[in-house]
Amino acid sequence: MAESVVTDAMRAAIGVEGPPTIAEVTASGIRLFARAVGHADPAFYDEAAAKERGYRGLLAPPGYLGTPVYRPGGRDPDELGQRYEIPYKRILNGGTTYEYMEPVVAGDVITSRSRITEFRERAGSMGPMLITYRETLFTRQDGKVVAKMRGNIINY
Amino acid sequence: MPLKKSQLKVGDTHEAVVVDNLTRTQIVQYAGASGDYNPLHSDEVFATKVAGYPTVFAHGMLSMGMTGRMLTDWVGDGRLTKFGVRFVSQVWPGDTLTVKATVEAIREENGQPLVDLAVSTVNQDGREVVSGSATARIDP
Repeated sequence: MAESVVTDAMRAAIGVEGPPTIAEVTASGIRLFARAVGHADPAFYDEAAAKERGYRGLLAPPGYLGTPVYRPGGRDPDELGQRYEIPYKRILNGGTTYEYMEPVVAGDVITSRSRITEFRERAGSMGPMLITYRETLFTRQDGKVVAKMRGNIINY
Repeated sequence: MPLKKSQLKVGDTHEAVVVDNLTRTQIVQYAGASGDYNPLHSDEVFATKVAGYPTVFAHGMLSMGMTGRMLTDWVGDGRLTKFGVRFVSQVWPGDTLTVKATVEAIREENGQPLVDLAVSTVNQDGREVVSGSATARIDP
C-alpha cells in the first residue's frame, strides 16, 4: 500500500457540515426527470392523479429531490465545502443509498446539508484509490427531514 | 396497485426491462433533468478524444433511476422507504437493461408491513451494471 494521501486538512473536514444547498421541487422539474428516467406513472405527470392518491401535489419520483437553485458565477470559493486537494484525477460514483421519510411534491423547497463521514484508502486494480463517504440530509421548508443520502465517491 | 403482504413470499422474483436500446438523447435528457452536465455523459468528442472512453456513457444516477422505476412500478408510488445501489459497470448507448428484484424478507416495523428486496440490473450481455437493495411499505 502506497503512502496515505489523507492529509490533516482532510481529517479536519470529517464531520464538518458543508454549506446548505437549496433546491426547488417544481412540476416541470418532476416531469422532466420522470421522463428522462422513463416513468409512465401518472402520479409523476398529472397533479390531479397525484392528489387523488392522497399526495399534497405532483409527486417527485425516487432520485429527484429538486433542482438546485443556480447562481450565475457559481459560489464564492470560501463557501465551497471542500478545502483540500485530492491527488487523483479520475472519479467514480461508488454507490448511493437513499432513505425516504416523507413524499416530496411540487412546491417543496429542499435544503440539503452534507458532511464527510469517513475516508478510506484501498489498492485497487487501477491503482491506489481514495474513497470518500458522505452523508446528506434533505430538509423540507417546514423543517421536516424528507430524505437521507449516504454515498461514496472514488478518486483514483 | 400496492403490493400485499399476503401475495408475497421470500424468494419471489419480479423482472422488467427498463430500457431497450438506450439512446444518447435519453442520457442528455437525464443530464438536463438532474443538472449533472459532466461532459463524459453528453459530449462525444470529450468522452472519446479527451477522456479516452469508447463513447459517452450513462450517469450512474440514471441507471439508478431506471432501476428505481421498475421498483415503483411494482411496489407502487410513494412506497419505497430505502433504495441503495452500487454501480458495478458502466451503461452505454445501445444497452438494454433488465432489472430483477428478489424478495429477501417480509417483516413489520411499528405495525407497518415491509418488504426487503435484493435488486440487480443487467445489460443485454448478462453483465451486472447495478447491484442494490430496497425496502418498501406493503399492505397487510
